[in-house]
Amino acid sequence: MYNTRDRKKFVGKQDPDGAQIHSKFQYAHRLNFYDRPPLYDVTIEEFETCALDRLRVLAEIESSFARNRPWDELKTVTLAQCQKYVPLNNNTAITVDVDSQRRNDQLGHFVLRLAFCRSEELRRRFLKAETTLFRVRYDSDDRKERDGFLGSRSFDWIEVGDEEKNTYAKELQALEIKKPGEEYVREERYYKVRWTRVPDLVAKRKVLLRGGWAYVPSREQSSIIFQEFEANLARALEHTAKALPRMDEDTRLVPILNNLSQGFLAGVPSGWSSAPASGDEITAEMVDGIAKKHFPMCMRNLHESLMRDRHLKHFGRLQYGLFLKVLGLSIEEAVMFWRKAFSGLTDDKFNKEYKYNIRHSYGLEGKRANYPAKSCQQILLTDKPGPSDCHGCPYRHFAPENLQTSLLASYSSHGLTSTDLPEIMKTVKEGHYHVACTRVFEITHASKGVKKGEGVGGGESVTHPNQYTTRSRELEKSQEDAAMVVE
Amino acid sequence: MSLADTDASPEVMLAFYRLLYPFKSVFNWLNHEHTPTKLFTHREFAFTLQQDVYLRYNSFNTHDDLKKQVCALNPTRFEIGPVYTARPRDKKTVRSAAFTPIKRELVFDIDMTDYDGTRTCCSAADICVRCWAFIAAAVKVLHTALEDQFGFRHILWVYSGRRGIHCWVSDEEAMELTDDQRRAVVGALTVIEGGKEMAKKVNVRLGNKGLPPSLWPASETLRLLFDPLILRDQDVFASESNWETLLQLVPDSTITEKLRDKWSNDPARTSSTKWSDLKRAIYKAYDEGSPEFIRLTNALEDIVIQYTYPRLDAEVSKHRNHLLKAPFCVHPKTGRVCVPVDPSRVDDFDPSAVPTVGGLLREINENGESGGEGTDWAKTSLKPFVDMLDRHTAGIMDDVRRSKRAAAGSDLSW
Ligand SMILES: [Zn+2]
Repeated sequence: MYNTRDRKKFVGKQDPDGAQIHSKFQYAHRLNFYDRPPLYDVTIEEFETCALDRLRVLAEIESSFARNRPWDELKTVTLAQCQKYVPLNNNTAITVDVDSQRRNDQLGHFVLRLAFCRSEELRRRFLKAETTLFRVRYDSDDRKERDGFLGSRSFDWIEVGDEEKNTYAKELQALEIKKPGEEYVREERYYKVRWTRVPDLVAKRKVLLRGGWAYVPSREQSSIIFQEFEANLARALEHTAKALPRMDEDTRLVPILNNLSQGFLAGVPSGWSSAPASGDEITAEMVDGIAKKHFPMCMRNLHESLMRDRHLKHFGRLQYGLFLKVLGLSIEEAVMFWRKAFSGLTDDKFNKEYKYNIRHSYGLEGKRANYPAKSCQQILLTDKPGPSDCHGCPYRHFAPENLQTSLLASYSSHGLTSTDLPEIMKTVKEGHYHVACTRVFEITHASKGVKKGEGVGGGESVTHPNQYTTRSRELEKSQEDAAMVVE
Repeated sequence: MSLADTDASPEVMLAFYRLLYPFKSVFNWLNHEHTPTKLFTHREFAFTLQQDVYLRYNSFNTHDDLKKQVCALNPTRFEIGPVYTARPRDKKTVRSAAFTPIKRELVFDIDMTDYDGTRTCCSAADICVRCWAFIAAAVKVLHTALEDQFGFRHILWVYSGRRGIHCWVSDEEAMELTDDQRRAVVGALTVIEGGKEMAKKVNVRLGNKGLPPSLWPASETLRLLFDPLILRDQDVFASESNWETLLQLVPDSTITEKLRDKWSNDPARTSSTKWSDLKRAIYKAYDEGSPEFIRLTNALEDIVIQYTYPRLDAEVSKHRNHLLKAPFCVHPKTGRVCVPVDPSRVDDFDPSAVPTVGGLLREINENGESGGEGTDWAKTSLKPFVDMLDRHTAGIMDDVRRSKRAAAGSDLSW
């Protein structure tokens, strides 16, 4: 696909002191403030892969916010995603190449910076997600390595001297968090910064304020660090945004960057593999039953429109046909399925006008490409449905009343009730369509033991209709298996 | 010409803008220097016209330009917004990304309507010299916190013309606050929370702990005010529904039941007596220093705060791009001018004695010849208020000059 020899040099500000930290690693610390851009050659492929991997993690953080996940849960989900896509091990790890992990982490961050600096909205969301990722990693960092990291940069705080500590002893003691029964004996260290650098602590009255200075106890030091990370990155993003027009000259990068920046608007490109699992074939007769039990709203809608109207327009056939192919419908079964569905047509008309297209989508005609099924991102962003079309994403393209009616009609037999609707509609209104779909999955699979926040497994959101359906069928199968064991 | 005090008709307003409104002083205050800077030229002004038409995104090069437009439009009032990255009047022609608010005074709005339930003299939109005491308390508490804790020095208080007060902080650090930082100030200063249905509106402690230190000075000021204002002057706990609210704030059913009996059988008991009843009951029931005793005395401290602490309109302060009525505008209902208030003498301020636009125009008529447009305020009772703003502005300008000199000094060469 991409020419791997086609190397792209990252041009960034040269590190002025050129200092190299003496360490057995090129990257001395697991945590990174991303002050220095990558100054090495990368292939276009690496460029894209690293960014995409990181985007998956950031997108999951975004949907955690949309779902109001508590911090601990967000942390668990995010760490699991990190482990999968952007792992970062401690210096003590011996079996992994720590340097290349850190290099990928740095590269992914900088590519996404380019992709997300281009509008105020994207900058804001990127900033929030990246700062959260940093917090999650900071919290999970080994104490010693974290101290090493903190020592490696200057945070511009003033350590409060004894004299001042005595002056404010009463106030500082009142702010101490004492465990029951614990005496005030610990000699807490305090750091003085302008209050504007720790707005969170100020808002919660957790620090002493005098003349615009905040006296931050060492246990709250992380607030300064997170704020510093955020402020740094905000500045850098604005800077990059101004410098970007020059970058746009590199035509190979522009489409990649455009693609990436859409990841936030419509969910990430699905990591779902389009190839049907072997031995998992389905027949034309099975489709209706599976549809009623396992389809997401978009496919439910296409299926029902087809059954009702005995017809589907072009983009609807495309979206649904490819979905069924990946679900395991063979070409022979597909022809049979569509022939039966289009029952108003003569054999002649069907063979002439539709059969070719079906075979084409299976890669048996024309340029014989193996077309993958459309992901949520593609459904949300391409081929917007016209007034008489049935394709698209119902969460995005249906009027709110119609969506609510359809949801109840399709899923009330799976446990969805009208009391669930306000929450779903709120998410829809905020534009988090995949979050709404994921929530419907959770509700309709509650009887299979799926809990709120678990998504389609491990907290993952819906990114592909086939992923939705396959997970739904897996859940049913594992329940049946379990039942058999009991019997 | 015989004018009623409350007259704020278009003719009267036009005469006010032409002869009396201190455009130059307001310009200096917003601009921080004598020659126009972006603090003025990129600043949004919004006009409310007679027919409730609202015109946003106006901006002006000089105070004369502003005056000309104000006299041409003759608005019932005008508001001041943030300083943008471009001139607000060019908003339509610049890219939206190039048009964002960057600077703005930190502002607060306190309105007497939020004090219902803690005052008995008036309700809703009414205000009298007695309930001004609540505003005076708010000014003292907030002024001290802004100075001592946040380190601000250029704080202007302005009577809102009817039933409240506005606060404008012009320090450089305050001008540059992000919305997040503004929210943090509001968070730190907001103590009264929860709507009508929430009896206990002060929840600032962690468990049985003392008040956070940032509220110590406020608590001290308000404790001294509670007896004369709430217990004596307002006699807040006289009515049954009001003393019932008080009992709901006392977390001890044995004590509250006894007091409920006592107070319903003796409707003439004053608020002061009831407060003493409550204190005595606590001392009688528990040993000093016991956890129950601490819990109840903490509750008393919270009650004092709940009845006297400033009520902030948080939304006004949280966003850089919030508009706020300009000082020296006229309130259309009362005809009163929104004059600055000296925080060190806020107890002596009488809202009913504030100059009205009708009264000021009468003063000019009685004093004979108009001396030249725009400076006539000097011959009226508006003068001390304009002087107060000018003195305030001089302080800001001193600071700006100093920091400019410091910046220039570092690269000065012979
Ligand atoms: Zn009153």
